Amino acid sequence: MHSTGSPLPEKPAVGLPLWLLAELTYRCPLQCPYCSNPLDFAEQGKELSTEQWFKVFREAREMGAAQLGFSGGEPLVRQDLAELIGEARRLGFYTNLITSGIGLTEQKISDFKKAGLDHIQISFQASDEQVNNLLAGSKKAFAQKLEMARAVKAHGYPMVLNFVTHRHNIDKIDRIIELCIALEADFVELATCQFYGWAQLNRVGLLPTREQLVRAERITNEYRAKLEAEGNPCKLIFVTPDYYEERPKGCMNGWGSIFLTVTPDGTALPCHGARQLPVQFPNVRDHSMQHIWYDSFGFNRFRGYDWMPEPCRSCDEKEKDFGGCRCQAFMLTGDASNADPVCSKSEHHGVILKAREDAEHATQTIEQLAFRNERNSRLIAKG
Amino acid sequence: MSFDRSQTPNWRPGYRFQYEPAQKGHVLLYPEGMIKLNDSAALIGGLIDGERDVAAIIAELDKQFPGVPELGDDIEQFMEVARAQHWITLA
Ligand code: SF4
Ligand code: SF4
Repeated sequence: MHSTGSPLPEKPAVGLPLWLLAELTYRCPLQCPYCSNPLDFAEQGKELSTEQWFKVFREAREMGAAQLGFSGGEPLVRQDLAELIGEARRLGFYTNLITSGIGLTEQKISDFKKAGLDHIQISFQASDEQVNNLLAGSKKAFAQKLEMARAVKAHGYPMVLNFVTHRHNIDKIDRIIELCIALEADFVELATCQFYGWAQLNRVGLLPTREQLVRAERITNEYRAKLEAEGNPCKLIFVTPDYYEERPKGCMNGWGSIFLTVTPDGTALPCHGARQLPVQFPNVRDHSMQHIWYDSFGFNRFRGYDWMPEPCRSCDEKEKDFGGCRCQAFMLTGDASNADPVCSKSEHHGVILKAREDAEHATQTIEQLAFRNERNSRLIAKG
Repeated sequence: MSFDRSQTPNWRPGYRFQYEPAQKGHVLLYPEGMIKLNDSAALIGGLIDGERDVAAIIAELDKQFPGVPELGDDIEQFMEVARAQHWITLA
């Protein structure tokens, strides 16, 4: 035995890129303060063309990708969306549209169905019209979403409703769940916002307290029991922020293990947050998906376990959580190969403890959050 | 309560059963999820078309694999699990 502890496990074989996330555009009519888009999104390069996306889909499908998510920004802004859906479905993908619902019409819902779209996910900001509008920065947003959620069901799609929760709306979780049940959602994601992109900038104004979180989870469990007793197929998925954990999440199931994201300008990433890392990532304009997934520097940078420093290197839990999230490690410690500071074994765990402490005393109102818009993006990028 | 074999299974709307060459097997795809099916589940799944009832599925597999003991029970069990998971509806 050598001094660094147990020997490293053998290099695991590279898995298939089963999930492809196509971020079609960073354009979006909303300005959510927890948006996961990069802070400098307004400075990003030119969007891929229809043909370029077709090539991405074809190559990824040949390599085993089966789930395809269309997201953004707001994917509805792309005029060729129906065409992209049609081609993806023809190739055999299960096609998911992830939208804010803004810009959606009955006509589009029916056109997409004809093109072969399998599922539509609409994201909401809160059950309360006022909080919702404040957060999305648009007055008509909420009424529009409700109407579209009803139309999605009426056209026979399965529906996933996604509510991003945070300290300003999590106490209304019962009303959020009631609303989803009334709309006959098949799945409801109650996701406490994760702190990347704009959410990280606004963390103090968004992170709920432990007490808020415990209460919300208890209420969710009560509804789960009730739904099950009624034989209602609606499934509630509750995602906690990892800031209240002692071990990090196994981010993306491991770097370059099953997820592949392509951003609007064609940059390929192992995770949609990875763009901020000081790592060179390949672009689909220059390389085949085969090269990107198996051979590129970026996708191999944190594969396996060889890259790990201590404490992860000799830790017997590394196959469970892969050392946590690289983006979080980078944002909070300045070095992307460090252990995710959510881990209590990390020497930087104090940052997380401080954030929990801050959550107990935060006084920021919704109006004081930095809204995701071009003006703020340019200011931040230059700053 | 005994299982009623005259019920007809169908995939829940938005659930798709298909063969994945890269995984060399059948999967069930649904909103943002995928389940890899084992060989026997894949054989049963391949016969779910909204037309055949459970009895017809049992008869068909019995013809393909004659003499498999408790085939009917296994298929009933698959149906029970698939319904409990809300993968299929039985009508
Ligand atoms: S999180 Fe909000 S602002 Fe960001 S892309 Fe989605 S809808 Fe637009
Ligand atoms: S030390 Fe690293 S591998 Fe071990 S539990 Fe913490 S983050 Fe995971």
